[in-house]
Amino acid sequence: MVTLKVNGQDHAYDGDTTVPLLWVIRDELGLTGTKFGCGKGLCGSCTVHLDGVAVRSCQMAVSEAGGKAIVTIEGLDPDGNHPVQRAWRETSAPQCGYCHAGQIMQAAALLAATPKPSDSDILTAMAGNICRCGCYQRIAEAVRLASTGV
Amino acid sequence: MTHMFETIAIPPGGVANVSRRFVMRGIVGSGALVIGASVLPRPAMSAWSTGAGKMPGGTINDPHVYVAIDPSGLVTIITNRSEMGTGVRTSLPMIVADEMEADWSRVRVAQAPGDEKKYGNQDTDGSRSVRHWVEPMRQCGAAMRAMLEQAAATRWGVAVADVRAENHKVIHLGSGNMLGYGELAKAASALPTPPADSLKLKDPRTFRYIGTGSIPIVDLHDITTGKATYGIDAKIPGMKFAVIARPPVVGGKLVSFDATEALKVPGVERVVEVRAWPWPSKFMPVGGVAVIARNTGCAINGRDKLKVVWDNGPNASYDSVAFRRQMEQTAANACKVVRNDGDAEGALKSAAKVVTAQYYVPHLAHASMEPPTAVVHVFQGKAGTQCVAYAPTQSPGGCRDDLAKVLDIPVENVTVNVTLLGGGFGRKSKWDYVLEAALLSKATAAPIKVVWTREDDILHDFYHTVSVERIDAGVDANGKVIAWRHRSVAPTIKSTFQAGADYEAPFELGMGLVDNPFNIPNLRCENGRCEAHTRIGWFRSVSNIPHAFAVQSMVGEIAAALGRDPKDVLLELLGPDRIVDPRKSPDVADYWNYGDPFETYPIETGRLRRVTEIAAEQAGWGKPLQKGEGLGIAVHRSFLTYVATVAHVAVDDNGTLHIPRVDTAIDCGFHVNPERIRSQIEGAAVMGLSLAKHGKITFKDGRAEQSNFDGFGVARIDDAPLDVRVHIVPADWDVPSSGVGEPGLPPFAPALCNAIFAATGKRIRSLPIADQLKA
Repeated sequence: MVTLKVNGQDHAYDGDTTVPLLWVIRDELGLTGTKFGCGKGLCGSCTVHLDGVAVRSCQMAVSEAGGKAIVTIEGLDPDGNHPVQRAWRETSAPQCGYCHAGQIMQAAALLAATPKPSDSDILTAMAGNICRCGCYQRIAEAVRLASTGV
Repeated sequence: MTHMFETIAIPPGGVANVSRRFVMRGIVGSGALVIGASVLPRPAMSAWSTGAGKMPGGTINDPHVYVAIDPSGLVTIITNRSEMGTGVRTSLPMIVADEMEADWSRVRVAQAPGDEKKYGNQDTDGSRSVRHWVEPMRQCGAAMRAMLEQAAATRWGVAVADVRAENHKVIHLGSGNMLGYGELAKAASALPTPPADSLKLKDPRTFRYIGTGSIPIVDLHDITTGKATYGIDAKIPGMKFAVIARPPVVGGKLVSFDATEALKVPGVERVVEVRAWPWPSKFMPVGGVAVIARNTGCAINGRDKLKVVWDNGPNASYDSVAFRRQMEQTAANACKVVRNDGDAEGALKSAAKVVTAQYYVPHLAHASMEPPTAVVHVFQGKAGTQCVAYAPTQSPGGCRDDLAKVLDIPVENVTVNVTLLGGGFGRKSKWDYVLEAALLSKATAAPIKVVWTREDDILHDFYHTVSVERIDAGVDANGKVIAWRHRSVAPTIKSTFQAGADYEAPFELGMGLVDNPFNIPNLRCENGRCEAHTRIGWFRSVSNIPHAFAVQSMVGEIAAALGRDPKDVLLELLGPDRIVDPRKSPDVADYWNYGDPFETYPIETGRLRRVTEIAAEQAGWGKPLQKGEGLGIAVHRSFLTYVATVAHVAVDDNGTLHIPRVDTAIDCGFHVNPERIRSQIEGAAVMGLSLAKHGKITFKDGRAEQSNFDGFGVARIDDAPLDVRVHIVPADWDVPSSGVGEPGLPPFAPALCNAIFAATGKRIRSLPIADQLKA
């Protein structure tokens, strides 16, 4: 039994605790904003915040996440008005949008740690997040915009 | 493109009530306008003819099908096409809203379930949605506007000529009286659809939304908050989670399995064999063993513990190194002639100079970020066995038909709800993963969500073909190209449908081979025999990728051989403005023109020239560049659209490739949503870089050697072109709309490789570039 603290709420999980956090968030808690992309920490689609740090939830066993503060895209901002989310809308960044929850969580963690990132900081921080539609131009623009005030 | 080989007949049967409820959920009040179809005579007032009528289901332009108005004034517009990132789920309803004078802030969009009899063709593929639907959707909106005006005129007892619909209300011109759309909903809903020839389309100068690029996609807010529902997110109460072990080699089959250890894994509930269809079987499941669990993580753990014995079958020796050699040998000799203008063989013999080059493009995987996945519930209902699916599918109509066949139930008992697609690129035109979920739901009597892991996706894809393209170009003493012989060797998509198919199909030959627009008197195209040993499928822009890579690279090679400017040589090869009609060339069989009439969409070299000139001018062609920098150009017509790209590259002393800028000019005729056209072209530059620099799937012992993003590389933000400038050629309503989703891709790789040649003198003939630029 593990108690997961997700977006400020406690959830009890009574299943196998070796499975990746990703699948418990999605399949057991029903929080499907966090996406599966690769299962190997290669694409960033499953990015969530663990005690404020961006982590790949496909690479973390549920047992490691117990008791820590987990924030998913659903909990980033109650109204969806985090500066990164607003910047994303301002630039119409998504195409299919599937990887963008992970992109937004990665960008939000970057700005929390580095409020005024350089272009190079942005590319380095976002290089682990794949977008197959190829929205990178607007993702870079959105992160810049979020850091300078939307 | 699902329907290139067979027209799948739509069985008779009425509109399923369950579908109606799904679509209309949330609409309150008796004034809702959906009251049953009364189809307009389609050919009337057509501005241009398209191939839409030949697609299964054709087109429907009746507001009784597509529009509902609530008494509160809320307008619901149904979209019949799948959203995979092009913006079509927004663009088509926006056309209706504009024509009917609806206020977009009071419009919501609903997604049609798979029902092509009711909604017309739903196959979201082939870059067809806007070109086939812009006119029916304009007519649909205009009819709705006329009905609202008629209802208001009747209410006021005035002539309909004295009223005008404007921004969600109807105004009496004489008195200034107004009635809102909500107040008119009930009366307007009772009216028959007006005849098509009575409709008056809006003057394009009065468009509020079409052509403005001012409307964000309808799912934008939900995407940024995690609320948008993709296939992998769909939920049915009580559902279980499944992953499947599939035969590792195409054509292989299950011999036996032992589930003892798998069933001991915590959370695993069932292990079930999945029915297999022998290869080739179109999109039927390949079979295997499914592990069903309380969550996907447990199912994956259980699958790891399965002991399975496979018979790998006849493709177990497929080896990409050996296969390439074989294709190169085929291309070195005369092949089947598929176009033959003049006497290319003779002209090559008499040419002052012959330039020869051979190009290679490997298999590619689609690798949409959302892998194949579906949720399906098969259950006993009042009308017998029912099937309800939630699926990220590009083809809900074809999917529905095959679900009915596989489950042996009437198609009316099948509902395919279309979720958002986390990317498609052609993969999700194939519905094998939906059928798998249905088979498992039937076997377990529970709703089942099947998820393909990334390994499943990349190891069991319907891959982009692999190709060798050889071109011999003859130049006379004056430097004029007088001969061109292009041999194409590649396994055909047809092999996925039909055993023994070993030549490219007409639709593949017509993607940049036999439709070559060059002004060369002796022009011969040949196609070499080539067997498929894996599943070949269409990948965004399909055969245009290898054909355009070869043709447009060859232009650069000729320019280099002659010591001339590549853009000048390209424009010279395009020749004077004229129409090129491949149907008039000897030996061209069944030229398809993307399924649309040639008269509407001829091959116009003037439009190729124009986009070439725009891209070159905007990129500053000829400007001074630093050492190690270069510009490269390529132009290509595909999906009836003309696209030219200039890539600006910089290659440093370590051979690291940078792309400071890309300029692309696109002429896609009348356009609806220029903002989404820009995003498609921006994305095409990234996907173009992915396939040019990183992408390859290779086979050894019949199995793909890459299985995730560590082996199958795609572009990331730190190597992607971030300054992509898109130049859209303006066009009025009299220039037919053409494709957007795919045509941005083909010119990118040759433009990039031409730029690399300009920067370094190194000619890339084999993709991916990988480390070929390293010293």
